[in-house]
Amino acid sequence: MLLIPSTQTQQQAKLAYVALVGIGIALLAALTEWGASEVAFSGTISHDNFAVFSKILFLFAVGSIIAVSIQYLEENQLLKAEYFSLLLFATVGMCLMASSVNLILTFLALEVLSIATYILAGFQLKQMKSTEAALKYFILGAFSTAFLLYGIAFIYGATGSIQYFEIAATVDQMQTYPLSLLLGVGLLVVGFGFKVALAPFHVWAPDVYEGSPVPITAHLAVASKAAALIALVRFLYQVIPDLGPEWQQILWFSSILTMLIGNIAALTQTNIKRMLAYSSIAHAGYLLVGVVALNDLGSQGVLFYLLAYAFMNLGAFTVVQLIGRQGEQYVNIQDYVGIGFRYPFLTVSLSIFLLSLAGIPLTAGFTGKLFLFAAAIQSEMYWLVVFAVIASAIGVYYYLRILVYMFMHESETDSGGIHLPMIARVIIVIMVLGTLYLGVFPGSFLHFASEAVNF
Amino acid sequence: MPGSDILLTLLLVVPTLGGLLILLLPSSNHNVLRGVALGATLLTFLLSLPLVTGFDDAFEGMQFVQHKVWFSVGGFTAHYHVGVDGISLFLVVLTAFLMPISILGSWSITKNVKSYMSLMLLLEAGMLGVFVALDLVLFYVFWEAMLVPMYFLIGVWGGKRRIYAAVKFFLYTFAGSAFMLAALIALYFINEGQSFNIVQITERLTSGEIQLSPLAEALMFLAFFLAFAIKVPVFPFHTWLPDAHVEAPTAGSVILAGVLLKMGTYGLLRFCLPMFPRASVDMAPIICVLAIVGIIYGALVAMVQPDFKKLVAYSSVSHLGFVVLGIFAFNMQSIEGATYQMLNHGVSTGALFLLVGMLYDRRHTRLIADFGGVAHSMPVFSAAFLIITLSSIGLPGLNGFVGEFLILQGTFLENASYAAFAASAMVLSAIYMLWMYQRVFMGKAEKEENRRLTDLNLRELLTIVPMIVLAIWMGVYSNSFLRKMDISIQKVVDRIEDVRQDQVYRVENRGN
Repeated sequence: MLLIPSTQTQQQAKLAYVALVGIGIALLAALTEWGASEVAFSGTISHDNFAVFSKILFLFAVGSIIAVSIQYLEENQLLKAEYFSLLLFATVGMCLMASSVNLILTFLALEVLSIATYILAGFQLKQMKSTEAALKYFILGAFSTAFLLYGIAFIYGATGSIQYFEIAATVDQMQTYPLSLLLGVGLLVVGFGFKVALAPFHVWAPDVYEGSPVPITAHLAVASKAAALIALVRFLYQVIPDLGPEWQQILWFSSILTMLIGNIAALTQTNIKRMLAYSSIAHAGYLLVGVVALNDLGSQGVLFYLLAYAFMNLGAFTVVQLIGRQGEQYVNIQDYVGIGFRYPFLTVSLSIFLLSLAGIPLTAGFTGKLFLFAAAIQSEMYWLVVFAVIASAIGVYYYLRILVYMFMHESETDSGGIHLPMIARVIIVIMVLGTLYLGVFPGSFLHFASEAVNF
Repeated sequence: MPGSDILLTLLLVVPTLGGLLILLLPSSNHNVLRGVALGATLLTFLLSLPLVTGFDDAFEGMQFVQHKVWFSVGGFTAHYHVGVDGISLFLVVLTAFLMPISILGSWSITKNVKSYMSLMLLLEAGMLGVFVALDLVLFYVFWEAMLVPMYFLIGVWGGKRRIYAAVKFFLYTFAGSAFMLAALIALYFINEGQSFNIVQITERLTSGEIQLSPLAEALMFLAFFLAFAIKVPVFPFHTWLPDAHVEAPTAGSVILAGVLLKMGTYGLLRFCLPMFPRASVDMAPIICVLAIVGIIYGALVAMVQPDFKKLVAYSSVSHLGFVVLGIFAFNMQSIEGATYQMLNHGVSTGALFLLVGMLYDRRHTRLIADFGGVAHSMPVFSAAFLIITLSSIGLPGLNGFVGEFLILQGTFLENASYAAFAASAMVLSAIYMLWMYQRVFMGKAEKEENRRLTDLNLRELLTIVPMIVLAIWMGVYSNSFLRKMDISIQKVVDRIEDVRQDQVYRVENRGN
């Protein structure tokens, strides 16, 4: 469902609530659309469970980001209408990407999302880092979009169509796959790979995540990444499953590289936003394991893991934002020393999110990884799972380190000044409940995920 | 199937609810918190007793089973499936028995008592879950989930190097079980996607309905073995243990030594031998050698320790080497001895850590050199310490003897030289334990502080007397325990015997 944002120039928190209402209505509309299966707008949009699931995910993610942003913006005197309009525009882009079955529409939606996010990344006008982040993101993003477009051109040249179903039909008929098609797919993967921050196209992520305002970092890590991945999955699974062996190879390497780079680089980080950035990169690697598996369990696993990932990361970033306080003063890992028992609500929640990211059982992160690994084993990709397992084990260290600092060290000074508005509390509780519920009773959401993969 | 089905679930639910309930109580009144924790653990222990009384000695198979679907998606199903057999029965009861004693031993903790008690109870739920889980995913969940409370217990309430010890413990164990996850998922697909049911998979592998290629079996054996070898710990994966044991708070050490280490040996008996017998037989020589090295190395290093907690920690490595040796000697006596020794070690080493903790509470030092002549000021304590020391050494009449004797006899039947080496360690363990006892308790009390030590108070007596009673009971009336284990262990032995007969047959017929 699409939203029409408004651009009024008022500097009040009321705007946020307007945005939230809009998101809420869209969410309700999406929820009622479950079970639909139709193609509309002359074959450019497919309204199916996959799209609905994705939209619910995006709307939920953006909704919580908006809710949490209110305090952030107030504290940093950034409460401008453009912020919410841009976020809503980005949401439009994401929802379109989820439904799109036309290459040009996918590209268009991706651009809408990207441009909105470029600006949002630089929203902290007073900080050099933010502007730098926005510029880096913009330049590299534009570069990758060029790849995407080039790939689309090649695919059109090879198959004579930009509509997914037509392309699928054409590819089905082919005896051998022309070089132009393979090139096109490769370029497309590179384009999406950048957006999802897969290795070796991930280099922008740590800097951009670090420089952006925390709620936007959350957006980049969760919503934006999920949207790109979902669009990629739709294309790979719906259009060119026959080309499986070809693209599986590339993504297999990318997955291993991503998981290892993400986890190893995160070990040495001192800034928590950068650490979470590398952790997101690593998680994209795990998700890719499910994508590469090319079976039902894989696609279900990817959707389930995206949901789990949303809960964990949104929660973690919210806590990071609150602990960071005004002006993001305290975003170094050293700032977490000794706060464990002083702010139990925040630190226990963060512990749950970090343990979930690490993949400890009883959390959503574990059940998600279980499905992804199972999908890969079912496809007999044993080495992939071995690497994934090793990467997971490496990853535990840096998540654990935060816990150690929080609970096992004594802190010398108490800087105080952590504000816990009710909205933030509610969001954190929802995320904790989601993380634990998906970890202990994954059945119901798994059911939705399995229904969602019936394109 | 004998036994009420909700009993095991209750055993898991009571500590979990207790742990969560404690979080809701105010943190100011320490006695209330301790009382609730003690009550919950005592209740759990009482609930575990019907397991023993209601256990059918002659029934082959799992008892007190409860089996419900946990989650299911497109055929990928995990179940909540719990039950006990002869192998796990007493491990469950041991866990439930050690917990109230540990809680009683934790009275001196004054910092963040609420979190401490809550974590202890959640830890208990996790440990019990490991022993009763009959579904591979459920097993793995409990196995890993139990790491988190233990990690916090060591890291927050431990000694000077607690952070290093806690992180090492967590990472080492987690990394070890990472491959186990891949292996257990693979087992699911080998089981033709039917289920993660441990009982079913074992039976289908035994009957030959599903088969593993030699390479697959070896790899999966190694994956599981690595996870368990780190837990036991088998030399050379033991390096986390001295740090973790020494730095943990008293109750943490009791639980670590008493229960956590047994999970590794339990895993060997539950998974490695029954599911991968060929690989077990093939790897047995190496593993036995590693076990013997562990026995002797552990004993030698224990001898030179200045810190008595570290001495006990290394003695654990040594004692559990016996258990692993017994398991991989593959006959009825040795495996039953090994299982029995698991329980013995839990009691005697658990008690040792408790006693050591009592000394530490009084003098805040763990160096043996700081003591001497303690027997004069603490006669009751010294008597208790002596009994437990003798139990640990394996003096006939106490529990340690029964286990070690059975293991050595079984091992001797298998390979005499293994038994000879292992037996030498019995002498070594007597040396280091008695020498430690002499240095700490006997002789004149040179240091002034040692003359003024107070003897055991009621609470401490209550923690140590049950252990002593159990040590004597298990040493004298061992049959009450051993007969219950017979059937389940016989199954494991038979499985290995079949494989070995098969190999012998093949070798003999090679010429034809």
